Amino acid sequence: MAADANPVAIAGRSATGAVVAPASPAARQVVGIGTRRIALALAALALLAACGWVFPRWLTFLLTMAAGNGLVSLGIVGLMRGGVVPFGQGMVFAAGGYATALLYNKLGFTDAVGLTLAGGVAALVLAAPFAPLLARYRGIFFATLTLALSMVMYGLLMKLDTLGGSDGFNVGRPTLLGWKLPDERAGYLLYLLTIGVATAAAVAMRTAFDSTRGLVTLAVRENELRVEYLGASARRAMAINFVVAAFCAGIGGALVVLSLGHVEPNFSYWTTSGEFVFVAILAGWQSVVAVFVASTVLEVVRSFSSAYFPNTWQLALGLFLLFVIRFLPRGIGSLWTPRRHH
Amino acid sequence: MSLLVAEGLNKRFGAVVAAGDVAVAFDAGERVSLIGSNGAGKTTFVNMITGYLKPDAGRIVFDGRDITALAPRAITHLGVARSFQIPQLYGDLSVLDNMLVANACHDESLSLRLPAHRPDAVERAERLLERFRLLDHRNRRVAGLAGGVRKLLDIAMALTGSPRLLLLDEPTSGVSADEKFPLMDTVMAALGHDDATCVLFVEHDMEVVGRYASRVVAFYAGRVVADGAPGEALAADAVRRYVTGELLAE
Amino acid sequence: MNAVATILVDGLTYASWLFIVAVGLTLVFGVLKILNIAHGSFYALGAYAAASFVAWAATLKWAPAWSLVAMLLAAAVVAAATAPLTERGLLRFFYGRDEVLLVLVTYALFLILEDVTKLVWGANPYYVSEPYGLFGNLNLGVQTWVGYDFALVALALVVGGAVWWGLNRTRAGKITLAVIHSAEVAASMGVNVSRVYIAAFSIGIFLAALGGAFTAPMISVQPGISVSVIVVSFAVVIIGGLGSIEGAAIGALIVGLARSFAVHVAPVAELFSIYIVMAVVLMFRPEGLFQRTQARKI
Repeated sequence: MAADANPVAIAGRSATGAVVAPASPAARQVVGIGTRRIALALAALALLAACGWVFPRWLTFLLTMAAGNGLVSLGIVGLMRGGVVPFGQGMVFAAGGYATALLYNKLGFTDAVGLTLAGGVAALVLAAPFAPLLARYRGIFFATLTLALSMVMYGLLMKLDTLGGSDGFNVGRPTLLGWKLPDERAGYLLYLLTIGVATAAAVAMRTAFDSTRGLVTLAVRENELRVEYLGASARRAMAINFVVAAFCAGIGGALVVLSLGHVEPNFSYWTTSGEFVFVAILAGWQSVVAVFVASTVLEVVRSFSSAYFPNTWQLALGLFLLFVIRFLPRGIGSLWTPRRHH
Repeated sequence: MSLLVAEGLNKRFGAVVAAGDVAVAFDAGERVSLIGSNGAGKTTFVNMITGYLKPDAGRIVFDGRDITALAPRAITHLGVARSFQIPQLYGDLSVLDNMLVANACHDESLSLRLPAHRPDAVERAERLLERFRLLDHRNRRVAGLAGGVRKLLDIAMALTGSPRLLLLDEPTSGVSADEKFPLMDTVMAALGHDDATCVLFVEHDMEVVGRYASRVVAFYAGRVVADGAPGEALAADAVRRYVTGELLAE
Repeated sequence: MNAVATILVDGLTYASWLFIVAVGLTLVFGVLKILNIAHGSFYALGAYAAASFVAWAATLKWAPAWSLVAMLLAAAVVAAATAPLTERGLLRFFYGRDEVLLVLVTYALFLILEDVTKLVWGANPYYVSEPYGLFGNLNLGVQTWVGYDFALVALALVVGGAVWWGLNRTRAGKITLAVIHSAEVAASMGVNVSRVYIAAFSIGIFLAALGGAFTAPMISVQPGISVSVIVVSFAVVIIGGLGSIEGAAIGALIVGLARSFAVHVAPVAELFSIYIVMAVVLMFRPEGLFQRTQARKI
């Protein structure tokens, strides 16, 4: 985030201990921004939790879906900062969802937090072998290879009965750290878990975007040749981004399945992947908050359109997307993030 | 011992001989200009040294180590850096960010947690920018900068990590005539801090060559046709015929 | 008829269908450098239009054989009504931009057309199966084949031949080839590149709609048929090489045979056989079998 830190604070708390003159506005300080960011995140989380308590059930469910799906798009944004657009994140999203469903149904493991983590790890394990390969591709070929892989997964999921076949799995209500969730408040508690994880992921990704790796990722997008000549590996940067995106998608998949109660092969279908990309494009790669706002927009359009103007939600999304591409190429995040920082 | 030794370098592109038995050696601290008309093999030579091209035959030894087969990244980490004829920059980022990227790439410790804009990194970047008189531009977007400034930034980025061998590919090309000397003055002054750096610069402008080089290596058709102090090299027949064009049609 | 022959014949008929459906996609990419996700949507429009036209033809008491003409007309009308409008009204504003950006624009178009189709024709399925029986049945040993499927083979050959001949043997075609190689150089030589783009895009869309129109008798025409066609077309075109007509033919054959083999020998692999071939080609020879564009960057 582009906060300009207080010069007095900088001079007083320079990491090297030396007196740093009130430096350029671009100077950051490790401790200051770190705690400020976390404080903001906690405040936002508290606000959302309070709202969730009073919102009607359908709204907290919508927000839960928005947060869970938003996690996948968050990972995509990380990849887009490196200049590639993945059209197959459904693969890792499904990996997270199916891992959760399988652990719950076949092994009787019901803890929501554990299942979420397991989903992330499963997605990571699935993505890792492909990361070095995909790191060498750009543009259309990156997009179509990720698409192909996700469709291979779809094909497998549809036909393998051990994995539920075309119907998928139902998942019962999870427990939370040993505690059985009461019927009344199960939805709200899963909402809390989802937005909590989403907030943590958002803070982590923001840190990653502002890190040295994050900056080099932006450089790879613009001029890979120079990055190599300067001594860093563009391939390694992209592989890492891919794996991080997979983990995000995996925990997103797990959380969505826990609240939805169901997982199916469609999670890995190209249209699902397309929706995640839509949210990422709508959000832009400046602001992490924008990703979740955009994801909420998608859910709202989908719900309201189904209720009031049937058969128009895709039309609305298509028009939205064209509008953003043409007039807001940096996404809605650019509306509130100053131009200078990425 | 010489810092860089090239022996028997050969490279062909089909029928074109880009390098024919090139053998030269350079010592620390030298300021050498590589001259030759277009297609003479200067850039091929630079590309082979930096690892971008592999020679068909021959060896390149840097600081006693055979670097012929190494990747560009590995060669960079050994202390060889280059700038580009057409500046290779990150247009969308600020000048400061470009320098931060250069520094980060060079340190092998890229991290997902270490803030890119932490005070010590910014300070280090700004110091180098200052040596190149670029500090005033630090927050400006690179794509909007003038040619001369972009050239300086391109060279400044090559200097992260204090390379022992610096290759400048046509540092004054694309820069207006009255800006050439100030640009080279700035570069040489910035380098002044590192006397041990050996600088090879490809150059077409003989005035620049005469003023800043202590040694001249001339290329023609992939071969070295002259190698010596500017006074002698530029007066050599081969150079006058094939490079400066003073002796035509003989 | 033994198993191998069955697989081959099934593979061939499916490959023909694939070629007809996918050739327009590769043509549009070759000329305009656009990988058109909405290609499947135009296929669907062709199918719906064919359903309507054939129904009208029936009410107008046309002879059954003329329903084929109705289908052809349907495809032509879809192309005429939508292609120039799409190219001039939407795509041309994004020429020269990043190739993936153009894919996203066509994705937006796909989303829009999905709903437009539903709004025009409704969400209920249409059945226009009479033409399917026009060519009778073929009895080869134990297997019975529907003649219509073989008619598609003939159609694929005609389409393939026509496109090849059009590109290589006509003046307009040679100009198009020039634009494929370099639009900029062609423009500087006086070629009206815009017109070539409109024409190529229109033909590509016509071919997509044609595929849809002639598929209509074989399926129930309903929302969602575009979605699976898009990915399968992508697979064919990627395997063969983006922009290559011969590649589309070979890609169609490979995918057709792979799927046929899977269906008869290992049904569990039916869906994934297509995409695994696509993934493998992308991993080892990303330009496809008939290279035209550069794939890897680093």
